[in-house]
Amino acid sequence: MSEHVVFMLQLIISGIAVGGVYSLMALGFVLIFKASSVVNFGPGELVLFGAYVSWATILQMKLPLLLAFPLTLAVAVLLGLVIERGVLRPLIGEPIISVIMVTFGFASVIRGFLNMTWGSDTRPFPVLFSQEPFRLGAVAVSPVHLWSFVGVMLLLGGFSLFFRWSLTGMAMRATADNQQVAQSLGVSVKWIFALSWCIATGVSTLGGIILGSVRGGVDFSLAELGLKVFPVVILGGLDSVAGAIIGGVLIGVLENLSGGYLDPIMGGGVKEVAPFVALVVILMLRPHGFFGKAEIERV
Amino acid sequence: MKCGGFRVSYESDERMFDTRLPVIALVIFLVVLAFVPRFAGTYWLDVLNRIGIAVIGALGLNILVGFTGQISIGHAAFLAVGAYGTAILETNAGLPFYVAIPLAALLTSAFGLVFGIPSLRLKGLYLAIATLAAHFITTYGIIHWESMTKGVLGLMVPPATLFGRPLDSDARIFYVIFALAVPAVLFTKNLFRTKVGRAFIAIRDRDVAASVMGVSLYRYKLLAFVISSFYAGVAGGLMAHHSRILFPDAFTLLVAIDYLAMIIIGGMGSILGSVFGAVFMTLLPEVLKLTATSLTGIYPQAFGAIASARDIVFGLAVILFLTFEPQGLARIWVRMRSYWTLWPYSY
Repeated sequence: MSEHVVFMLQLIISGIAVGGVYSLMALGFVLIFKASSVVNFGPGELVLFGAYVSWATILQMKLPLLLAFPLTLAVAVLLGLVIERGVLRPLIGEPIISVIMVTFGFASVIRGFLNMTWGSDTRPFPVLFSQEPFRLGAVAVSPVHLWSFVGVMLLLGGFSLFFRWSLTGMAMRATADNQQVAQSLGVSVKWIFALSWCIATGVSTLGGIILGSVRGGVDFSLAELGLKVFPVVILGGLDSVAGAIIGGVLIGVLENLSGGYLDPIMGGGVKEVAPFVALVVILMLRPHGFFGKAEIERV
Repeated sequence: MKCGGFRVSYESDERMFDTRLPVIALVIFLVVLAFVPRFAGTYWLDVLNRIGIAVIGALGLNILVGFTGQISIGHAAFLAVGAYGTAILETNAGLPFYVAIPLAALLTSAFGLVFGIPSLRLKGLYLAIATLAAHFITTYGIIHWESMTKGVLGLMVPPATLFGRPLDSDARIFYVIFALAVPAVLFTKNLFRTKVGRAFIAIRDRDVAASVMGVSLYRYKLLAFVISSFYAGVAGGLMAHHSRILFPDAFTLLVAIDYLAMIIIGGMGSILGSVFGAVFMTLLPEVLKLTATSLTGIYPQAFGAIASARDIVFGLAVILFLTFEPQGLARIWVRMRSYWTLWPYSY
């Protein structure tokens, strides 16, 4: 293969790997939005929280992995419950701006809390996979990327099955579709709201663990990645689980390709802005995204 | 006894001040303000200057979000355009500051017009996300247009001169800031007595109804963006002269969130609320700093915890206000006032 093709494949492959994590975050976002039409502007802080708690359980408290992961997840689920009960439930029926601001508010509290407990230094993250890249033809693939991608896909597959077949999953879809009808059929809408937040914080935490091991360290710049969730969900459609998965991978590839090809011309940083340019274009052309329901209120 | 608003004519309904008392209070306040630099130390002058700038910025954002109902998370980008515009017009084109700030504000307005175009197609949540994206695109432009903005190295701003005297101290720039902040408050107050202001409120309350009543949505939504970004442009220009060096870091998303928090905590759709919010949000870190300094004797790490304490207190303030007092400090003020006017027959 020519050098050019290898370069491109390399970019695409690492893009897919990063995109997998975006898909996870977007999944959490979409779940919350579908169930309770709350837009979470603090997805990055949820990821950060997961990454720090798992760092603390694995390296600070030196727990074995098999104990550390469930503990981290339990803490994350608890956080989801606290946020839903304490912060968002009182605001049901309030204007969008209030809901948006309250998510900024709790994101700020989480950031402050993490900073106060563990400081803002970069923490080395436990190496979960070997760093030695293996070759797929001419393209080098690092095991971290491969395993994180496999992990993400398994999770997403699991969630699709959960929504398709399990009773709770169906109740969640019903609530998303029509709260009143769901309630009259005996679905506890309150429980579904709480559950969707728990799942969201749970998957964000997994995203945090994966991102931490991909980057080899945890620091506050992880939180900025969280805002990449917006290009992803706008591309895929705010209320589409499949859209979140595909959108995540597409945005990951897009930012890597634009970074790889445009950075030398435009002097760096294209990677950070390209997803947002895509966001604006999609919003203007197809605001409900590629998989979302076309229910947008037109002005 | 007069109880609450008692208006029998349009004239009395449109009056800026219901009674003479607020006028007298305002005059006394202005006189006191004029003498503040004589006895305030540099520290408090600096805080006051930042409050003045924040008041202008918060008024602008409140016009857009609180009065017109268009959610914008891009206010920091407007401030940045105003600040960098002023600085570049002064250093590269050699304009004096009293020409550069209005020009930069007009430039910011033009920028706001472009920013506002998505509002013609999108609303609510989608508009918020669009402005979020616009914020990132703008900051990217500022960081990477190095020939103009010097990027992350920082852009120095020469001190403004007025009548041959450099405005290089906090006391001198104080008068410039408040000479703009006070008229900004009055102008906003007046704006909502006019057709334009009422059109904004109509759009916020129900856009379809407003449109049926003959309010051109396109025109007034864009106008709201233009006016709002003009304020931000002025505030940005003053920021350039207040800090005298500009970094892209001064205009992060957190700044936009701070401004949104100002109008939430102060009171959405309230002019007094914008002022209260600006004061609250500027004083919050200062109060924390003072508390930490006084605590260092007992608890030496207190100073290091300021940044995180600020995040926590800020977040809690937003959450608690939204939950318990969604109309903000302005509402608390009104309640307190009516308690005293109706005393002892308050209900």
